[in-house]
Amino acid sequence: MFRYLLGRIVQCAVTLWVIATATFFLSKLIPGGPYDSDKLPSAEVKAQIDAYYRLDRPVAVQYVHCLGRLVQGDLGPSYRFLDQPVQRLIARHFPPSAVLGLLALAISLGLGVPLGVYAALRQNRPGDWATLALAIGGVSVPNFVLGTVLLYVFVHRLGWFEIGVVEGPHLPSLLLPALTLAGFSLAFVTRMTRASMIEVLRHDYVRTALAKGLPPRRVVWLHSFRNAMLPVLTYLGPLAAALLTGSFVVEHIFHIPGLGEFFVQSLDDDPPVVLGVALFYSSLLIVFNLAIDLLYGLADPRIAIGARPQR
Amino acid sequence: MKGHGTAWRKLCRNRAALGGVVLLSLLAGASLLIPLVWPFDYASGDLREQFRPPNAIHWLGTDEFGRDQLARVLYGLRLSLLVGLVAAAINVIIGSIYGGVSGYLGGKTDDAMMRLVEVFCGIPLLLVVMLSMAVFGRGLINVFLAIGLVYWLGMARIVRGQVLALREKEYVEAAHALGASPVRLIFRHLLPNALGIVIVAGTLRIPEAIFIEAFLSFVGLGIAEPRASLGSLVADSLGNLGLQPWLLLGPSLAISALMLAFNFVGDGLRDIWDPRMRT
Repeated sequence: MFRYLLGRIVQCAVTLWVIATATFFLSKLIPGGPYDSDKLPSAEVKAQIDAYYRLDRPVAVQYVHCLGRLVQGDLGPSYRFLDQPVQRLIARHFPPSAVLGLLALAISLGLGVPLGVYAALRQNRPGDWATLALAIGGVSVPNFVLGTVLLYVFVHRLGWFEIGVVEGPHLPSLLLPALTLAGFSLAFVTRMTRASMIEVLRHDYVRTALAKGLPPRRVVWLHSFRNAMLPVLTYLGPLAAALLTGSFVVEHIFHIPGLGEFFVQSLDDDPPVVLGVALFYSSLLIVFNLAIDLLYGLADPRIAIGARPQR
Repeated sequence: MKGHGTAWRKLCRNRAALGGVVLLSLLAGASLLIPLVWPFDYASGDLREQFRPPNAIHWLGTDEFGRDQLARVLYGLRLSLLVGLVAAAINVIIGSIYGGVSGYLGGKTDDAMMRLVEVFCGIPLLLVVMLSMAVFGRGLINVFLAIGLVYWLGMARIVRGQVLALREKEYVEAAHALGASPVRLIFRHLLPNALGIVIVAGTLRIPEAIFIEAFLSFVGLGIAEPRASLGSLVADSLGNLGLQPWLLLGPSLAISALMLAFNFVGDGLRDIWDPRMRT
């Protein structure tokens, strides 16, 4: 177990190093530099700016310096916001994204799991069909379409919500973005829970439990549900990744000053921010995935964590 | 190709999958055939015809440059299909070579190659694609390459698993004993027999590639004007949503229908490939 954890952590570190390296060299290819685009600075000013960002050194030296800084948790200064270290910019833009992401996660699981169980218990009846149709639709409509349609219907036509005016977490204004973000995952979780639940309910031990007179409710929730949740648990990793991707879209549509929108805006002209945010996102996902793998081992005792895969 | 035939028959027996195939054919047919007779071009507009709501001449209205929206939606649909096919093909080729070599060689090389894949799998690939598009510039070829060259990891794993299983088969041993070269073994014996599953997995890659292209174009990193992508068309409509909402209709329906069709086909294929996964 300990060896496994150690191995995983080493692997995560290697992954992060690969990301840092790839992002560093890719962003070196972005034309331009930390200067105003409309007026090029004089030679002395340019030299000063270059020295500040160490752009006057060879790329290899810059790379080593960058890695050294990263290890200490310093992401370096931004190009666009001269005096701001990237970590502070991330700290400023992340909270709205995090609130939105957590809300969407809560919607996906809190609504998707019960819906899936409901559909499974009502297999091949109208309730099941309706749920399934909704789920297939939800998987098919891309998030940027869903968001734009919701924006049109509820903001432009019905005027139920306003956007782009509220500072900080404000529940009503977050409802549409969160729904948009959750859409795909909600549908996917529903389908998975349904399929998994149907599968489990077919097992002999469920029939046995019912036959010996246990109340159906107990059989469903205590005997079946817990086992049915295992495949859903494995989806949490991709789900987190999907929420992250979705944030680029949702924050753009609903004018939310979050990290996703900030990242997209920085792609063209702010390499330090791109590097920093890419590493930040990657670390988040990597830690999340590691946590889920460990959790999976706890939830299913048949899976021995750290056991060598059978060949 | 006998196995392929039965898979096709099974697919046709699956009603949802068949519906998906029909819908897909309709969409592909419309995107290819209608432009032949449709009087408007996707790229050139008439500025006097700016922002016309849907009418008898422009069925889906016109955009801010007076370009016919239906022509643009059909162009976007064609582009989506093209991106899906090309990017998935690149995925399949790279994944097959990598996975084939890894599975065939086995042992330490296989371990190392798969360890590398594992490291890459930890990377949020979409970020890499977005960054590549920002660095190398938007454009159709770059979209093909960015998606094609990044998303082959899953394919490599699948092909490796297949090759690993096939390698133990007697006919492979026989070919080996007869002195067949490794290249011949991989390309002549192993990959062709893994073909069925490669085709299924490759088909499942298409909608994902389509979605990624639409996403890139939506956030402004995909294809460039005057080309139209279903993603960029939705993004364009976003700016004019209050006054010209009809611009949203065409691209939204087109991409949703396309994804729906692929989902049905994909579910059907998965049922055939792995009946336990039936949902």
